Amino acid sequence: MSETDPDGDPETETTDGPDSADDSSAMIRPKWREDLLLIAKIVLATYVGFFVVGILSGAGINSTVGTLQSITFWAALFALGALALNLHWGYTGMFNIGVAGFMAIGAYTMSIAIASPDGSPAGFGLPIPVGIILGMIAAGIAGLVLVIPTLRVRADYFAIVTLGFSEIVRLSVQSRSLRRIGDTEYGTGGGQGIRATPVDSVIPWLFDQPVIGDVGNVFLEIGAAIGIASSVLMRGMYTGVLILFVIAFYILLTRIAYSPFGRVLKAIRDDELAAKSLGKRTDRAKIVAFAVGCALMGLVGTLWMGSRTHISPDSFMPLITFYVFVALIVGGSGSNTGSVIGGFAFAAFIFEGPRFVRTIVRENLGTDFPRTAYGAFAELGGGDPTAMIGYVLYQQADEVRYILLGVVLIVIMIKRPDGLLGHRKEISAGVDLTRRGAVADGGRPAVGGDTDAAAADDRQSNTGDDNDSQMETNDPDTTTAENGGKDHE
Amino acid sequence: MGVGNTGDNVSNLIDDTRDRLSSLSGQELFALLLLLGIAILLIDLVRRLTMGELALGRLWRYTWNGLVDSLYIALAAIGLSMTYSILRFANFSHGDLVTTGAFSGWAVAWVIGGWGMYGIGELVLFSPTPAGPTGGELGMDVLASPVAILVGLVAAALLTIGVALAIDRLVYKRMRDTGGIPLLIASVGVALALRYIIGVFWTVESHSATASAPIIEDFPDWMWWVPFDRVNLHELTLVLIAVGLIIGLHLLLQYTKLGKAMRAMADNKDLALITGIPTERVIFATWTIGAGLAGVAGYLIVLDRGQFSINIGWFLLLLIFAAVILGGIGSIYGALVGSLVIGLTINVSLVWIPADMNEIAAFTLMILILIIKPDGLLGGVETA
Repeated sequence: MSETDPDGDPETETTDGPDSADDSSAMIRPKWREDLLLIAKIVLATYVGFFVVGILSGAGINSTVGTLQSITFWAALFALGALALNLHWGYTGMFNIGVAGFMAIGAYTMSIAIASPDGSPAGFGLPIPVGIILGMIAAGIAGLVLVIPTLRVRADYFAIVTLGFSEIVRLSVQSRSLRRIGDTEYGTGGGQGIRATPVDSVIPWLFDQPVIGDVGNVFLEIGAAIGIASSVLMRGMYTGVLILFVIAFYILLTRIAYSPFGRVLKAIRDDELAAKSLGKRTDRAKIVAFAVGCALMGLVGTLWMGSRTHISPDSFMPLITFYVFVALIVGGSGSNTGSVIGGFAFAAFIFEGPRFVRTIVRENLGTDFPRTAYGAFAELGGGDPTAMIGYVLYQQADEVRYILLGVVLIVIMIKRPDGLLGHRKEISAGVDLTRRGAVADGGRPAVGGDTDAAAADDRQSNTGDDNDSQMETNDPDTTTAENGGKDHE
Repeated sequence: MGVGNTGDNVSNLIDDTRDRLSSLSGQELFALLLLLGIAILLIDLVRRLTMGELALGRLWRYTWNGLVDSLYIALAAIGLSMTYSILRFANFSHGDLVTTGAFSGWAVAWVIGGWGMYGIGELVLFSPTPAGPTGGELGMDVLASPVAILVGLVAAALLTIGVALAIDRLVYKRMRDTGGIPLLIASVGVALALRYIIGVFWTVESHSATASAPIIEDFPDWMWWVPFDRVNLHELTLVLIAVGLIIGLHLLLQYTKLGKAMRAMADNKDLALITGIPTERVIFATWTIGAGLAGVAGYLIVLDRGQFSINIGWFLLLLIFAAVILGGIGSIYGALVGSLVIGLTINVSLVWIPADMNEIAAFTLMILILIIKPDGLLGGVETA
């Protein structure tokens, strides 16, 4: 979808001339190795942390491994969602909070395509891969239809439009009148949803294959030997499939981001008027980026619903959008690595954290807790604090998760609006502007004399200019790379 | 150009029309389509009425429900519009201020209604155990316990104001100088935290707070002009209180110094600062009025519907946004007009579409208006 020029192609970096080693080349390149290491470190540290806490607190190996599996599953999903959203919000600056709607379109299209023709509502009985592709296409087309008329809408209005759109999608599939469309037997199933073969049936299928199946059985036996249920391992293998998708998304989006097309997107984010003045076709770039992002969200929807035999409208509440958004913001929008780390951190600490604490509470304090705040306060008044702890952490684990979600969002916005990796937000220039003289000779490294201080100076004055030019435009959604999302209203 | 009867002139006319059509911008095209759609619906409405497919009584009932809905949407929309124009961000936590009003107000009403007969904990949490009273047993209707209902109303306003001011101090005050988008994201965080803090105490289950509404069916003779067979007193209370508050707000904005300062600040914040308007005090007043009205709205919705859960405000939020956008963000009178349009849309649309799709009509209308006329129906007057 985007033509990569040879200089911007991340894979050509090692074939450059002998005198342009990695770190002295002026072209900005993705830092594959460092980013991979960073992700691996964070993931490993979290796993070890959860494992140690789980074992020490007596949660047992099966439920601890189960938690790790579910963290990885959700981490992969939120990373996929955050990566797709990053193309909209992080790179192009389009404030899309209708993620759940596009996921729903993808998942529903797939389900209708693959559900059995005898079911109620009936499907077309197509193979799963075809269903997934149809889901992506449908979500992409929906994105096109939505974005073309709303291109010039302000950022905050765009947010409301997309949220409205996702609610329209959800209410439509929930509506009783679309349970059967017209007199046909096809439809959305209304509030009951659609039953279809899940995508994760790919795992049993793999087990039937000659070599892979044998390897898989060995894994299951090892798991049984150390006390891990085979269902946990099977789910873990579907998570593995998701991780492959994360890697594919990451490579695709990073290549887009570092291509000339990606630089146009970042320029739109930083200052759409300026990009347009320089002759970039910003409208076309925004439309393409939005449609591609929506198609990816549709794919995420199909993969997410792929772990269930049944999809229903309740799965696509706007809350899902905010999960993805928090994942992106935690990691820092504008960086694919940040999106992956954000997805992982969100899944581990905000999404699964409260459930893990719930497991620990159950193992240590039992399950005999008051069901209402009234009972909890009554027992607290009677001098039994465990009732209150149990009520909040066990009975209300889901509520605690949402509160945590909200508080994290607020704290990030106040303390670190750029996210964990916000400093990594990629600039729209193709070359590193902090290097003196780098631009003048077409991307060749400057010879000596550029100290860090000088580079920092350069950068300061550079962003100053950006801000000045920015003040003159009235467009509220233009932001500069450096002030990350501030506008000048 | 004139329309002639020679073939040449006709083809010229066709060319001309084609030129004009092809030079239409997307916005104009959408506007044309929307107007066309509304015209077709109106014609169809008349057709249905004359053909007898739609009884006049049913249309009147839809319209009346639309007016009632538009009143509580308006109460909430005014606050949202004010925070949008003065604090310059789309406040996604406004719906949860509505929820706060519903829960806090009815908790106070229950405590007063059941004082001495039941434990305070049971009353505040709306009978968490089966042994507790129901709204009916407490006599929670406007005839049986008007004092409890009235005190609950005042408490809903005051407690919601308190919560909003506390949130402003904790969150938004630290972000006064940030742009609209970070504030919007923070407000989503506030919305979630506030809603589920309420959820920890009252659970996510739905509650029923009121007794069934008293209904007047026999009118005295001098009330022959009332266009109803029966009047639901709870609905009437909602209408009277909402209209009263809206008139009061109008007087406040037009005839007091505070109102003038608020309008000035909504119009041009920098200029307001230069002319010495105490901005923090205006912001304080904004939250007070906005949150107070939102709290009252939540309380009155429960009075009208009886049932509610912690999602009451969140589900209302998009309708409120639709109303505010329709009227033009920042314009309070626009918000009133927008509420009217949205209220009527979600009810009168029932003539054509099934009941579970009426919100789709409202949201579609909102998106179309945003595309065609982003400044809203009243044309982007950002002054009250």
